[in-house]
Amino acid sequence: MTDSPILGAANITKRLGGKTILDNVSLRLDKGDLKVLIGPSGGGKSTLLQCLNLLILPEKGQISLEGRDIHPRNKRELSSFRQQVGMIFQDFNLFDHLSAFENVRIALIKVKKLSRRAASERAEQELARVGLSDKGGLYPAQLSGGQKQRVAVARALAMDPKVMLLDEPTSALDPELIGEVLAVIKDLSLAGMTMLMATHQVGFSAQLADEFMFMDQGRIVEQGSPKELLVPGTRTQAFCSKITELAGEVPG
Amino acid sequence: MPTALTACIDALPSLLMGAVSTVGMLLLAMALGFVLGVPLSVAQVYGPRPLRWLAGTYVWFFRGVPILVQLYLFYFGLFALLGLNLSEFVSAAAVLGLTSSAYQSQIFRGSIQGLHAGQLKAARALGMTDRQAIASIILPQALRLSIPGWSNEYSILLKDTAVAFVIGVTEIMARTRFAASRTYEHFALYILAGVLYFVLTAVGVRLLRRLEKRVRIPGYAQQGSLV
Ligand SMILES: Nc1ncnc2c1ncn2[C@@H]1O[C@H](COP(=O)(O)OP(=O)(O)OP(=O)(O)O)[C@@H](O)[C@H]1O
Ligand SMILES: [Mg+2]
Repeated sequence: MTDSPILGAANITKRLGGKTILDNVSLRLDKGDLKVLIGPSGGGKSTLLQCLNLLILPEKGQISLEGRDIHPRNKRELSSFRQQVGMIFQDFNLFDHLSAFENVRIALIKVKKLSRRAASERAEQELARVGLSDKGGLYPAQLSGGQKQRVAVARALAMDPKVMLLDEPTSALDPELIGEVLAVIKDLSLAGMTMLMATHQVGFSAQLADEFMFMDQGRIVEQGSPKELLVPGTRTQAFCSKITELAGEVPG
Repeated sequence: MPTALTACIDALPSLLMGAVSTVGMLLLAMALGFVLGVPLSVAQVYGPRPLRWLAGTYVWFFRGVPILVQLYLFYFGLFALLGLNLSEFVSAAAVLGLTSSAYQSQIFRGSIQGLHAGQLKAARALGMTDRQAIASIILPQALRLSIPGWSNEYSILLKDTAVAFVIGVTEIMARTRFAASRTYEHFALYILAGVLYFVLTAVGVRLLRRLEKRVRIPGYAQQGSLV
């Protein structure tokens, strides 16, 4: 593919506390891709995802959206960029003082400047899409972990993102709740959403992902389709079988 | 009737007038303290370095200098120097408000810093500017958490209004002194003044407690018995 990627990262380097956390990382996400980041804890997955939507500013490197370089110093450009890059966090980060419905709606009003009416309609639609139409009035503290994460997905989708970044979206969930969140992610992927997800759900990923990226010590050390990488002798294979052995896995 | 009781009954209307003036100063000062305290706290947490330093210095000054000294400094010094012709009442309320803003800013700062960092991250990730995130995500949560501390500030500031009598505001203390010097019933009259302050404290604290319950975020247990 020679077209510009939806999201591109070139030579991202990030140092924190005197340590190189990301070491010259480059990647691209093309339309409809589901790429999966795996690797040992502390490898830099979360840092990379946050650099990709410029929640963390890398020291070096360039992020681009549909071929356009992003300049984080330009506040308007940064805001518009982030609107187009949905982010899902491990611990949900729903706004605690707002109901599920208001969580989905608030950025439509404040950022997208939709009328309250249009924003409310859109919020209803997105909640319906993640199967939570009847929970809109509940507050984060009244929702289960799985429901919170689905609200977070609805909140991100309401902004019409061109790409979604997911940082271990199911890691904070009880095993019986993982399935409902993975089902939503699967639907999204099948609907053509471009996504990059850090996860330990290797079985689910092996079925759906276009590409695995194995990260260790701030570098992508292996990269390829699940078929290519899940063969004896790769670090990816060794890592994945260790995880499945240790944790078992709830099938998506 | 014992003279002490007579003195109290006679002085009551005057002391109640004084209470109006006390409460007036208090409300103005709380309001000014809030209006200045919120941006001060935001500046201290999120401001660029020079602004943080400026806000910090302001807070140091007002927390470090006795309120009586400030009252003299402002009333006889700065306000006069600036050619501001403020009444005693307004001057006292202004000084109390400036001091209160320093204390209130620390209440708000504590609440802001107690919020999970993910709240700001999530707001930014949706494209909110920092200003939008602070206004619609951070402050609504931080201010809720600040109500107990704010209720403390209310009760402390209420009693601080008593210093205003030194520049001639006819609040509760000034009127109590006046009545006492006429009747020599110091003990009884100061008990009466104490009761007035106590009642005003209780009313305000109750109202704030009610506010706290009304704006409580559903699902968060804020009190209950340990089992
Ligand atoms: N603010 C910080 N200051 C210093 N070091 C940091 C900071 N944030 C992260 N790190 C370090 O960066 C490294 C990468 O962290 P990161 O959270 O990106 O890893 P991860 O791959 O997401 O791990 P996990 O699978 O546990 O989520 C870790 O060694 C971590 O200690
Ligand atoms: Mg992580």
